[in-house]
Amino acid sequence: MSENQPPVSRGFLGRARDRSVAERLPPGQYLVHDFPVLSAGPTPHIPTERWDFRVLGVTGDTLGRWTWDQFRALPDETVTVDIHCVTKWSKLDMVWRGVSLDVLFDGIKLDAAYALVFSEGDYTTNVPVADLTGGKAWIATGYDGHDLEPEHGGPARMLVPHLYFWKSAKWVRGLQFLEHDEPGFWERLGYNNYGDPWREQRYSGD
Amino acid sequence: MTTYDQALDGNVLAGILRGVFSFEPTASMAMCAGCGTRVPVGAWMVFVNAPGMVARCGTCDRVQLRIVHNDKGSMWVDLSGIASIEIAP
Amino acid sequence: MAGTAVLRRLNWRLGTIREVVVETDRAATLHLDVDDWPGHLPGMHVDVRLTAEDGYQAERSYSIASAPDDRLLALTVERFDDGEVSPWMTEVAQAGDSFELRGPVGGYFVWDDADRAPVLLVGGGSGVVPLMSMARHRTRRSIPTRMRLLYSARSQDDILYRAELDKMAAAGDGFEVVYTFTRAPPPSWTGYHRRVDGQMLADVSFGERMNSPAFVCGPTPFVEAVAQSLVLLGHAPGRVKTERFGPTGGSS
Repeated sequence: MSENQPPVSRGFLGRARDRSVAERLPPGQYLVHDFPVLSAGPTPHIPTERWDFRVLGVTGDTLGRWTWDQFRALPDETVTVDIHCVTKWSKLDMVWRGVSLDVLFDGIKLDAAYALVFSEGDYTTNVPVADLTGGKAWIATGYDGHDLEPEHGGPARMLVPHLYFWKSAKWVRGLQFLEHDEPGFWERLGYNNYGDPWREQRYSGD
Repeated sequence: MTTYDQALDGNVLAGILRGVFSFEPTASMAMCAGCGTRVPVGAWMVFVNAPGMVARCGTCDRVQLRIVHNDKGSMWVDLSGIASIEIAP
Repeated sequence: MAGTAVLRRLNWRLGTIREVVVETDRAATLHLDVDDWPGHLPGMHVDVRLTAEDGYQAERSYSIASAPDDRLLALTVERFDDGEVSPWMTEVAQAGDSFELRGPVGGYFVWDDADRAPVLLVGGGSGVVPLMSMARHRTRRSIPTRMRLLYSARSQDDILYRAELDKMAAAGDGFEVVYTFTRAPPPSWTGYHRRVDGQMLADVSFGERMNSPAFVCGPTPFVEAVAQSLVLLGHAPGRVKTERFGPTGGSS
């Protein structure tokens, strides 16, 4: 049996890989119509009374903090975006509801180049500040007309659709500005630091 | 409150970990670097529906081990959550 | 032999299907010839890898149903409607087809036949598969150690290996099987008709629980609840071995 050519199992096709909208799919992606649940740990159930979102400065000082009620009082918007997971599934035209990071950062001095987004538990992911501003990122609380369920990251998750979906941290609780980029949970284990699906930046070195 | 209902356990890592260690470790006792609990590797809580595989301590949730396979055939392994593993003869 | 340290990476071997046996309307057993099969211990599993024409691959783990002495390796697979691999294994695969296997692996979830303490097996749905390897091994080698299987299934139609289990129990040589049905019991059933709970486990546990090994396998929530109950009933935590099959039980 050759090292490079594993034997083909007759009639095995794998999951239906719909390529009917090929030009809208980044390289190597296939279209799904469900919404797969991927998770690196148990699903946390965060009561909204306990939830807050914090923006921390480079020295760890609190630049902004919102309780759930304060956060929900912020103006939110509905956006239609495509999402691309590094595990190769893509979902097109998803309608999300969220607060733009531009709204959240209003009044906060953005003089750091990088941010480390952190979630309930130990998950982190790094994103350049420039990729969080200018209408490119939201803290999302719902999709397709309903509230975000815990298994998909509720009560609130990051939504940064122009990067691979691992950057859209579930169960988001805040972000810290950094002067130097610091790799997060997956970035430290062989995943790409930036993660542009259109340049197929899945792994480090891509 | 968290739930482990979605989790598998260390048994599912047996084949993969044979490619990391020179022995099959699911019967070996591992100590969590977070809380010090000792359990067989087979009893770890394991999440496989992720960009990689993540094994956690059933007592304190702390990550014990993570594995990522990239598309060049490399495997990245993070063992930093394990304080020690007892390798019996 | 399977239990000893081998100082090389575990390779993929080719398995060729010799026979497909339909077990229930959702499950089938594939009997395989595997190249250079080193043998296995009861309770172990294999990783299976399927490759499509375009090179796409999917991997899943399946418990070995056959006893170590059986000539062919048997894998019993339950079909998941949303699954990617199980529909191929249960509906497409036929004699002559082949796929890759890595193993056997799983030294943790193994019944050591040198241990003479009475052993309790608790299986939920397809969780009975690795337990069947243990029961078959006991029968093949005529091991006198007492072994009791508590098997939880939705209905009679979901029971795997029914005839064989009943035959082993009827031999009166120390093997017993207790069924519980969580949905529809057979007509005139007088046995258990509910989910496994602490009382049921107390009923089926052996008197000398502290020393009795227990093997629990099935969907994750089932395994969690049963393992906790067994420890509360006095089983030594280190002697309760678990194998979780995920939220719904069985691989996809």
